[in-house]
Amino acid sequence: MSVDWLIPAILTIVTAATPLVFAAVGETVVEKAGVLNLGVEGMMIMGAIAAFATAVSTGSGFLAVIAGAGAGLLLALIFGVLTVYFQSNQVATGLALTIFGLGLSALIGHSYVGKTFEGLAKLDIPGLSDIPVIGPLIFGHDGLVYFSVISVIIVAWFLNRTRAGLLVRAVGENHDAAHSIGYSVTLVRMGAILFGGAMAGVGGAYLSVAYTPLWVENMTAGRGWIALALVVFASWKPWRGFLGAYLFGGITIIQLYAQGMGVEVSAQFLSMLPYLATILVLVVISRDSAKARVNAPACLGKNFHVSV
Amino acid sequence: MHLKSKLGGAAAAAVLAFGLSTAAQAQMKVGFVYVGPIGDHGWNYQHHQGLLALKKALGSKVTTTHVEKVAENADATRVITKLASTGHNLIFTTSFGYMNPTNKAAKRFPKVTFEHATGYKRLSPNVSTYSARFYEGRYVVGKIVGKMTKTNTIGYVASFPIPEVIRGINATYLSAKSVNPKIKIKVVWVSTWYDPGKEADAAKTLIDQGADVIMQHTDSPAPLQVAEKRGVYAVGQASDMRNFGKKAHLTAIVNNWAPYYLARTKAVMDGSWKQQDTWHGFKEGMVKMAPYNSAIPAEVVKLAEDTRKGIIAGTIHPFEGEIRDQSGKIRIPAGKRADDGLMAGMNFYVQGVDGTIPK
Repeated sequence: MSVDWLIPAILTIVTAATPLVFAAVGETVVEKAGVLNLGVEGMMIMGAIAAFATAVSTGSGFLAVIAGAGAGLLLALIFGVLTVYFQSNQVATGLALTIFGLGLSALIGHSYVGKTFEGLAKLDIPGLSDIPVIGPLIFGHDGLVYFSVISVIIVAWFLNRTRAGLLVRAVGENHDAAHSIGYSVTLVRMGAILFGGAMAGVGGAYLSVAYTPLWVENMTAGRGWIALALVVFASWKPWRGFLGAYLFGGITIIQLYAQGMGVEVSAQFLSMLPYLATILVLVVISRDSAKARVNAPACLGKNFHVSV
Repeated sequence: MHLKSKLGGAAAAAVLAFGLSTAAQAQMKVGFVYVGPIGDHGWNYQHHQGLLALKKALGSKVTTTHVEKVAENADATRVITKLASTGHNLIFTTSFGYMNPTNKAAKRFPKVTFEHATGYKRLSPNVSTYSARFYEGRYVVGKIVGKMTKTNTIGYVASFPIPEVIRGINATYLSAKSVNPKIKIKVVWVSTWYDPGKEADAAKTLIDQGADVIMQHTDSPAPLQVAEKRGVYAVGQASDMRNFGKKAHLTAIVNNWAPYYLARTKAVMDGSWKQQDTWHGFKEGMVKMAPYNSAIPAEVVKLAEDTRKGIIAGTIHPFEGEIRDQSGKIRIPAGKRADDGLMAGMNFYVQGVDGTIPK
């Protein structure tokens, strides 16, 4: 069997995994701060339309990504104000955010259906990108792919190695304690929510300007929900979330290749495989229930109110 | 889900409610239920084009309501019942999964007329079914892709293994094979009607594996766009998708519901509506071809057009024997044509198609 298909397959896997990486990493920080934002899908789709609209009108991929992040951030701001300041229920508000995002993006996107954009430019370093095998695999992606990897490194480092990261975790573990020693739970949570929104927005932007450079309604097609699940199954660890995203993307693509090669396995089973394998692997590596309990932020989903 | 209704309709309903209407005929209210967003630029978009044409043709004589993104579950029952109970005289439910909800509502509202697309159950006298012979379009496309491929490999992005999709694969293969004996067809099932990312991934996969013409039976233009980027050809689905890939877009099989919607609405208005099962194709204009790409040589365009005209005239039938299935069993004997029953329930690949149908 020829391995000519292997490199393009890996490149396809990278594009399938990248939007999930962005959204999952952002949501990890949000949940570490004790907030459950189920609006990831809504923030992604708003990021997608904002980025696409910007890309079409300015022709700049860079501005498009900024606009995507901005749109996700704005939606997250609504969520933050409602849940953090007005104490609304996080689950209900998050769900509403998703429905709102899907509807609003469809409204805004109405006039962008059928428009096209060249797509984000791939990195092309003369010499390096031309090396066989390694060239396309390491030096042949668009900028956002590198940014997604860097963001995982930074978030992992931030949460585990910095004082500010410790504060985020403290707020997520026990907001009363954090408050009693003088930290602003409100500010920390707002910061985390906005970061999560911006990352989801970038994930959405990746879909509409790099993955499939076009706008059609509901184009996120449930990726926000997959990212949410990844966060939990990765037991709130950025690197595991990254692994989960690549596993999910990888198996999705490999099953398509397997079908194209005529492997005699039921297509329905193959379609189920990414979900099954990702959950299995992540559950197995996080199987120590004592550790899992430690990883789950104790105040996840609970609103904080100064009521003493 | 969005419920949009013309304000004029509400006003008209209010007038009727107060009994102040001077018009002799009651206001005609038509409801449409869509399974996805209008903005998919595919299946739902085309149904909505039908609605718009209806409004344009009948003007103030008709009020329309449409509900998008209605899931094929209890939601559908709720939405259809809501439309039926708010004075809609005619309701088009435009997805296969609405079959049972539509029939249930029809039983409950015997005075309301229902039209269900792509289904086969007509349990009450006030339900009709309708569909289009998309396979005729695929047969015309087959001639083009069979001639245009250099690698002799067609990549096919398929949704679900139902007769509708299988029939399309078979029609494409038989047609392409008739002009190119070396043709191969590679099918990848994505288990969704609509996920631009996954459809694009499937198209990339097929191109990586040697396909140089991409066909799709899913609803987003993403596969076409991948084809454009990779420099291969593709065929649009449901609507003219040229804008998403000018070089790649060979043509598209366009669903044209407008004439049917207009005819059935008029029939309800003048009282001539009767239950029926409609399956229209090129001849009645329910299936159309988008403009052919200028990259297609003139003789190939002629071949495609002759095929289309032949289907209209009845001299060509996509499923004319002898046709065998993969096991070599004769399914349609020489000289015979497949009847509608066989085509509607087609659950086998014809001989020459590789792979197996997912069970």
